[in-house]
Amino acid sequence: MKRRRVAIVGVGTTAFRSVTPDVSYRELTHEAAVKAYLDAGVEPKDIDGFVSTAEDFLEGYSIADEYAPDQIGGVLKPVQTVPGDAIQSLAVAAMMIMTGEFNIVAVQAMSKASNMLTIPQMMNFALDPVLNRPLNDSVHFVAGLDMQRYMHETGTTKEQCAQVVVKNRRNALLNPVAAYGCDMRVDHVLNSPWVSAPLNALDISQHADGAVALVLAAEDILGSISGVPVWIEGIGWTSEAASLESREWGAALSTKLAAQMAFKQAGMVPGDIDFAEVCDEYSFSELQHIEALGLCGSGQAGHLLESGETALGGALPINVSGGALGVGHLFECSGAYKVAEVCAQLRGNAGRLQIKDAEVGLAQSWRGVPSTTSAVVILTN
Amino acid sequence: MKRRRVAIIGAGITKFMRRAQETGKELSFEASRMALDSCNMTLDDIQCVSLGTAPDAFDGVHMKSEYLSDGAGGWRKPYMRNFVGGGTGVFAPIHGWFHVASGMFDTCLVVTSEKMSTCHPHPQGAFLTIFDHTTEQPLKPTLIWIFALEMNRYMTTYGITKEQIALVSVQNKRNALDHPAAQVAEEVTVEDVLNSEVLAWPVHRLDISPASDGAAAVILASEDVAYRYTDKPVWIDGVGWNLDTAYWATRDLYYPRYLEKAARMAYDMAGIKEPAREIEIAEPYDPFNYKMLHHMEGLLLAPRGKAVELVEKGVTARTGDRPMCPSGGALGVGNPISATGLMKIIEIFLQLRGEAGKRQVPGNPRCGLAQAWGDLMQVGTVVVMRA
Repeated sequence: MKRRRVAIVGVGTTAFRSVTPDVSYRELTHEAAVKAYLDAGVEPKDIDGFVSTAEDFLEGYSIADEYAPDQIGGVLKPVQTVPGDAIQSLAVAAMMIMTGEFNIVAVQAMSKASNMLTIPQMMNFALDPVLNRPLNDSVHFVAGLDMQRYMHETGTTKEQCAQVVVKNRRNALLNPVAAYGCDMRVDHVLNSPWVSAPLNALDISQHADGAVALVLAAEDILGSISGVPVWIEGIGWTSEAASLESREWGAALSTKLAAQMAFKQAGMVPGDIDFAEVCDEYSFSELQHIEALGLCGSGQAGHLLESGETALGGALPINVSGGALGVGHLFECSGAYKVAEVCAQLRGNAGRLQIKDAEVGLAQSWRGVPSTTSAVVILTN
Repeated sequence: MKRRRVAIIGAGITKFMRRAQETGKELSFEASRMALDSCNMTLDDIQCVSLGTAPDAFDGVHMKSEYLSDGAGGWRKPYMRNFVGGGTGVFAPIHGWFHVASGMFDTCLVVTSEKMSTCHPHPQGAFLTIFDHTTEQPLKPTLIWIFALEMNRYMTTYGITKEQIALVSVQNKRNALDHPAAQVAEEVTVEDVLNSEVLAWPVHRLDISPASDGAAAVILASEDVAYRYTDKPVWIDGVGWNLDTAYWATRDLYYPRYLEKAARMAYDMAGIKEPAREIEIAEPYDPFNYKMLHHMEGLLLAPRGKAVELVEKGVTARTGDRPMCPSGGALGVGNPISATGLMKIIEIFLQLRGEAGKRQVPGNPRCGLAQAWGDLMQVGTVVVMRA
């Protein structure tokens, strides 16, 4: 069956800040939505469906979906919520358009992390209530186990992981919407306080507030829209094992499977990718995920980084936006900002961060501890 | 562009009960296993999984979809959760429909699971945080409180009495006596309903569905694949859903306009011009007895304010001309929120296949509908199915 082609035609983001006491989550979302609709050249009445992205605990509501429609112009429209990563929401929107029943669909995600007073305790509620939660381990402890396994399997060093932090936070200095731009050295990271071995404090991204909206449209109706299209060539998402006991530690297998799905749809191979925005919730995550994506061999990511290949100006720039380490960790909005950044690069709108001759970009997200859910999208201009 | 047709080819459902011994994972597993077995499939035949489950606060598990993933068959598969509050049960097959109708997948396992009994002392506690944190939560509203407002508004607008509305509880609880998964099936009279404890006037205990644990699952397949597994596919011919504003206090509650929009979307897709004539059998969502009537009107299956007359005349009985909630509905079978919606989809699936056993309605119906509702009295989800 020939598939209907789908493009991202509108992108809107707020700035990302560590705290936003001056605006509510609704105002943040509204700002991103208005920007995306203006960028696409559409009004809410033109939009056939809306996909919101929200997890109840993070929003502070038992049924967060209730509060999705008003600030995105979705009242009395088909609105739904994906409690997952925004790249999964993007997949839903793309599938809706591919059914032929919808022409324009908007995707929205936001983070108001500064409103959450008990993040570590909330995250603990994601652990299996019978088998794991009684151990009272923090999510960083679980991430530390994964990091240890990854370093053991691949020979990656703590210094190489720290180098990711240095690169991304330096990139963020050039990104006007990033919250955590900083010029630092590897020893700053290595000498920061221990959190849970082998993770130091600066290995862990800090949360930020902000919102992203994206507008998707079918190829056959692009004539009626002014937004510059960025094509969704392939999109994949996968969950691996729910329980800590049975998962494949260290390998980010869900990212590997999601990437296989996306590459197959796109008819591409990892060598076709010019640049990528990947999950760097923790320093090692970036290295782990570019290997899982097949962008380099197992154990090669650290060397690629040291040789400058993944820096802005290198052969395979990774997280030139600054990533979660530089922009801020956005929870379920993480994937949305990565997609927005890839779109900006492919449209030539990335300002001082612009990568020359960018034609094929990849965005990847992981839902964070304790999940094994990843999503990957391949985009072209 | 020609739309790809999607069929339901298998279904499974657990017993609905107050306190299941099983975890949410295990309930999901049971329903999924049963659905796979019903059409001789294994997980290897399933290309993707869509999960529907209502608030995380019920289970007290953050990122509940991650926790339920292996029980629901999501292991190493494209697996995603969908969510429109109480409307999730009928939205889940719509979400699954996206997967298959898009051409991206040929088969999809749709699972819904709810474990409400883990919420102590009562799942109503989980609903305290559904209200706006600034304008509503300080008033300490409960769900029953706001539905009492809506029920009262509905009764007052049309001059409908509590005696009339109680007939819905009588009908549905009796229908449920024939449902093997039922939790609160019983013979009750109008007097029993009226004499039951007042929870928030005009809502009495027997006006309400119970809190339940349970899970349900269906398997979707594209037209070319469906016949490999069954010679009796039931087609999803129309889907619709719609959300109204979160500010429910700004709306007139006597009529669910969002549901009418959802229904019209589904009817347009299915090519239905006269729903009251063409929809032969329906499962409107009935968490409260007045809601079945409210929803029949929003679905355009009855004129406004007149749905109750159809109940009084026996038109909505299982042997009537337009059976409503032949399963027994949420009032009789139970209400594990998201699983209830899918239970309704499964009931229409079985009725259209002529496999509903003692619940089978006469007349060999060819076109049916299931509907759910939720959020802050705000969302309608509708699926139109044909044999």
